[in-house]
Amino acid sequence: MSWVSKTLKSTLGQKLLMALTGLFLILFLVVHLIGNLQLLLPDNGESFNLYAESMAQNPLIRVVSIGNFAFILLHVVYSIMLSRYNKSSRPIDYAMSKASTNSSWSSRNMGILGTIILIFLLVHLKGFYYEIKFGEMPMVDYEGVTYKNVFAIVAAAYSNVLYVAFYVVAMGFLGFHLSHGFASAFQTLGLNHVKYSPLIQKVGFGFAIVVPALFALIPIVMYIQSL
Amino acid sequence: MNLTLKIWRQKNNSDKGGFKDYKLGGVSKDMSFLEMLDVLNEELSAKGEDPVHFDHDCREGICGMCSLYINGKPHGPQQTTTCQLHMRSFNDGETITIEPWRAKAFPVLKDLVTDRSAFDRIIQAGGYVSVNTGGVPDANEIPIPKTIAEMAMDAAQCIGCGACVAACKNASAMLFTSAKVSQLALLPQGQVERKTRAEKMVAQMDAEGFGACTNTGACEAECPKGISITNIARMNREYFSAVVSSQNV
Ligand code: HEM
Ligand code: FES
Repeated sequence: MSWVSKTLKSTLGQKLLMALTGLFLILFLVVHLIGNLQLLLPDNGESFNLYAESMAQNPLIRVVSIGNFAFILLHVVYSIMLSRYNKSSRPIDYAMSKASTNSSWSSRNMGILGTIILIFLLVHLKGFYYEIKFGEMPMVDYEGVTYKNVFAIVAAAYSNVLYVAFYVVAMGFLGFHLSHGFASAFQTLGLNHVKYSPLIQKVGFGFAIVVPALFALIPIVMYIQSL
Repeated sequence: MNLTLKIWRQKNNSDKGGFKDYKLGGVSKDMSFLEMLDVLNEELSAKGEDPVHFDHDCREGICGMCSLYINGKPHGPQQTTTCQLHMRSFNDGETITIEPWRAKAFPVLKDLVTDRSAFDRIIQAGGYVSVNTGGVPDANEIPIPKTIAEMAMDAAQCIGCGACVAACKNASAMLFTSAKVSQLALLPQGQVERKTRAEKMVAQMDAEGFGACTNTGACEAECPKGISITNIARMNREYFSAVVSSQNV
């Protein structure tokens, strides 16, 4: 066994992959959010549609997008492997446990939180990614050029109150995942330092609230606009 | 005080085991938790029953031999060792649930006694330093900055009781292993084996079947010696830098 595969099979190596892929997904969330916030611009979706087209054409974005799918897959596969291994490390559970006195609920339930996020991701990808790439799309003209009207299918989806509720709730769970995951990833990478850790913890806490809240704001606003 | 004790009884490693309830009266608030169990065992012996087996040695909070998962927490409700826990932390009439440490790497030998030799094997894998034979070196011959010495001493506080493993939802031994790795990595004396140590101790920790770390912080919160999880971050740094730079292919 080479030293690389030996390292990646160790508990620390598996956690390293969790942390690196998790941090990449955090970065992706920021980029995705900035793009999505254009849905709220009062121009009937023009800037959003132009942005969607430019993203679809950009070869760099296409490479990153493949990487993104790979990282989600890695994050999920390793989360299953680690969760199963961790479970096997305590074959007999305690009859009485007061874990809530020594650790946060989110930190103990990353697997459940992640599973909910995964379900959301699948619905989300089917509803938008798949439809935009392979589905029948409405088209729109700007200055004589025809574009896919991505805005129209998003607006249609967000006029359904159940869909909106699903999104908002899922973002809540993402917030809890991040409330532990953000700072945890730095700890896993060994980045714990008196000078920086308090800041990392504060930024992580803020990130876990602000980013999911802004994501959730989009369907809420668009639902109200659809009334 | 009158107490109901719900205690895990298990004849040996292959026995399934189960809880048994005991009523115990005349317990003083000033007794330590282990003295309370001594009283119970005297009563059981007098009745010709098998006393409850539990680990203990120094009863001064320094050896790390006592264990017990008491009312859902390692070493009970206070952040101390079970031998330093007193009955004033409990109420008259209370039911106290007492379980052994639960981890695949800590098999139950009998009742509340578990085999914690997995920790010894982690230490044997790399928790040592090379020293020259010959005369005793002069004190303070090697200059060590006070802050570094203190960090190393803080890590060296670990008594290896296993409360971190017991508290962790993954039965992970990261706090223990990281305290030992840190203690030696911080000091000049530990530099010779530094990289190999990190690699070998982590490998042994995995081989024993301890879980991975989810950074819940339960270990730090329950450690009777207040070992910090900054040690875990240090171990991760030590390990990752060792695997990419050591000569061990
Ligand atoms: C946008 C989506 C996601 C982001 C930004 C994200 C981010 C993170 C981060 C930063 C961590 C901390 C890594 C560490 O402790 O070193 C983490 C841990 C974890 N994630 Fe995710 N994650 C996402 C989706 C998922 C999904 C879909 C799953 C699983 C089905 C999942 C399961 C887990 C689990 C189980 C852990 C804890 C692993 C452990 O330490 O034991 N996550 N995540
Ligand atoms: S018996 Fe030695 S620490 Fe408790």
